[in-house]
Amino acid sequence: MTTDVIEQDSHDEHHVEHKMTGIKRWLYTTNHKDIGTLYLWFSFIMFLTGGAMAMVIRAELFQPGLQLVEPDFFNQLTTVHGLIMVFGAIMPAFTGFANWMIPMMIGAPDMALPRMNNWSFWILPFAFIILLSTFFMDSGAPNFGWTFYAPLSTTYSNGSTAFFVFAIHIMGISSIMGAINIVVTIMNMRAPGMTYMKMPLFVWTFFITAYLLIAVMPVLAGLVTMLLTDTYFGTSFFNAAGGGDPVMFQHIFWFFGHPEVYIMILPAFGIVSTTIPTFSRKRLFGYSSMVYATSSIALLSFIVWAHHMFTTGMPLFGELFFMYCTMLIAVPTGVKVFNWVATMWRGSLSFETPMLFSIAFVILFTIGGFSGLMLAMTPVDFQYHDTYFVVAHFHYVLVTGSLFSIYAGAYYWLPKWTGHMYNDTLSKWHFWCSLISVNLLFFPMHFLGLAGMPRRIPDYALQFADFNKWVSIGGFAFGLSQLIFLVVVIKCIRGGEKAAAKPWEGAVGLEWTVASPAPYHTFSTPPSQKDIDNIEPQGIK
Amino acid sequence: MNDTEQNQAATESRNNNSKTVKKLLLVVLAMFGFGFALVPLYDVFCDITGLNGKTNKTAVAYTATTIDKSRTVTVQFITRNAQGIPWIFEPVINEITVHPGEITLVSFYAKNKASYDMTAQAVPSVSPGLAANYFHKIECFCFTQQPLRAAEEVEMTLQFYVDVELPEDINTLTLSYTLYDITEKSS
Repeated sequence: MTTDVIEQDSHDEHHVEHKMTGIKRWLYTTNHKDIGTLYLWFSFIMFLTGGAMAMVIRAELFQPGLQLVEPDFFNQLTTVHGLIMVFGAIMPAFTGFANWMIPMMIGAPDMALPRMNNWSFWILPFAFIILLSTFFMDSGAPNFGWTFYAPLSTTYSNGSTAFFVFAIHIMGISSIMGAINIVVTIMNMRAPGMTYMKMPLFVWTFFITAYLLIAVMPVLAGLVTMLLTDTYFGTSFFNAAGGGDPVMFQHIFWFFGHPEVYIMILPAFGIVSTTIPTFSRKRLFGYSSMVYATSSIALLSFIVWAHHMFTTGMPLFGELFFMYCTMLIAVPTGVKVFNWVATMWRGSLSFETPMLFSIAFVILFTIGGFSGLMLAMTPVDFQYHDTYFVVAHFHYVLVTGSLFSIYAGAYYWLPKWTGHMYNDTLSKWHFWCSLISVNLLFFPMHFLGLAGMPRRIPDYALQFADFNKWVSIGGFAFGLSQLIFLVVVIKCIRGGEKAAAKPWEGAVGLEWTVASPAPYHTFSTPPSQKDIDNIEPQGIK
Repeated sequence: MNDTEQNQAATESRNNNSKTVKKLLLVVLAMFGFGFALVPLYDVFCDITGLNGKTNKTAVAYTATTIDKSRTVTVQFITRNAQGIPWIFEPVINEITVHPGEITLVSFYAKNKASYDMTAQAVPSVSPGLAANYFHKIECFCFTQQPLRAAEEVEMTLQFYVDVELPEDINTLTLSYTLYDITEKSS
């Protein structure tokens, strides 16, 4: 089957110059830049959709008592908010970056499998249409949490499980195809002379992430299949009555789920490892240690899954094993954080918007990492488990971590994508509003969690009222601030100061050797050896 | 490069690509299978280590050679109905003190309060989980399904012994039964 696809692709290569217009251009496109753009817009739309749900959640939690929504609908909102943000916003955004930048960074004319690339994007909207359509059904949307623990999603499901499972299957197929494409591109399409250890770290992180995806997305697919047969076809994988075990669900889920966490953060490491050297006007400190740290994080991610399950009654030995393994991850992560700081050390820093987001990333992601270390400690996890402390932790790593890196990357490459500089004033407003509001939004959640406020509830005890009010205000402010970004992007596409081929003084990499905006086809002939040698300052030398 | 060379290079890279794709697809398939393989692996792992409080699923023969009279262990019995099963299901005695190695017979009472025939399955679990491997059931109603006609009642027996090897620090075992309605599945 794959051979067929590839042969058709080669057929296309001969008359690439003509570009279709209108909707057909986007539907039929096999161009990595078009598909990257589609991914990025799709993820931003999903981000706003999931964000709108978060706004309702925060409005309900603004004061104690039930005001706006029914508890069951509240559960549906938290569930779908999580699913959309993970599978619809963060992951496709990174795939968008991969599509746009990897071929340009390694001097390839396109992704290795362009036709499959088109398919892996275009099935994605259908997955989310299926998922979101459940809101308009009598049964309602999935209400069992984004982690869809059995038996909540089997025995006690509200009837949305089949739609949920089908949507996850499609998302999984899309991710796997995207990941295969990335791996094949990086392995086979590098320009002559571009050795692995000369690749920009950005490419390395996506390479490793793609391997993680290939390893764990099939496990997720298997898991939701078991869920489907348990719910509708009478099997008993997770049903104790038939000899199954609900705790096993959690083991399989987190065997997928923990590497998934790194799937959402490793590309972020790649982005800030590109922006920080640029705006520090120094090469990246410890390039090869960064490569090894990323690989070790990826490998370790497979043996720490049960730290999500300390309270399931594991024996002491298991708890200690998973606790120490989890803490071990702090070592390579620490290597990275110190390398970023060392890159900035005595650099000639300037604070363009991508740099501001990157510095905020380093600091705030580290806060999220530290709360992760606290959660890794078994004895204290019993207190923190399922509280707002956990919510604070993963929003620090996902919002101020992954999302901020996406903003850093977007501002960094917008000139290359659109050919125009973004509006600097507005982008600074976007940054500062986001920075202040995001901390108002998520920082007090730590205190709420330590004080015992459970997550996933529409109502709470009176003593949590003050903090929740501030959290909600922060939430609304953060939500509104993101609209500034939408304005900046639209203005940047429509016009603005003309961008030079290399608008950042300290930028290094093949993508800056082509014009801005990047021509529809780049590197039809491989880049010169001189250009490849020039990226070495980011490499080992 | 002239056209022929370019075509050759293109064919070569396509061959490389499809080789890599095939390898990666194999990994995908293997990992999909691995997801399912985790199910039996999980059971085997729990069996060997005795984690999870799962007791023996079929009857075992009495193999203890001695009765450790110097030691007493309290065995508590708990019953619980899963959602939607209208039975009365309770232990006749709530706890019993035994010596390790000693065979003990206890019984459980069940009554089907529904107006129709039902079949139920009791699923046992021992706490602390690590003690499960030292709790041996010689005969148990949980080895089979329990069909009860409407309003029928029954006393069901459990014959067990506690292993003399039971770790010193465990003095109390709790045996919990959850009763599930399996009428639909068994018919």
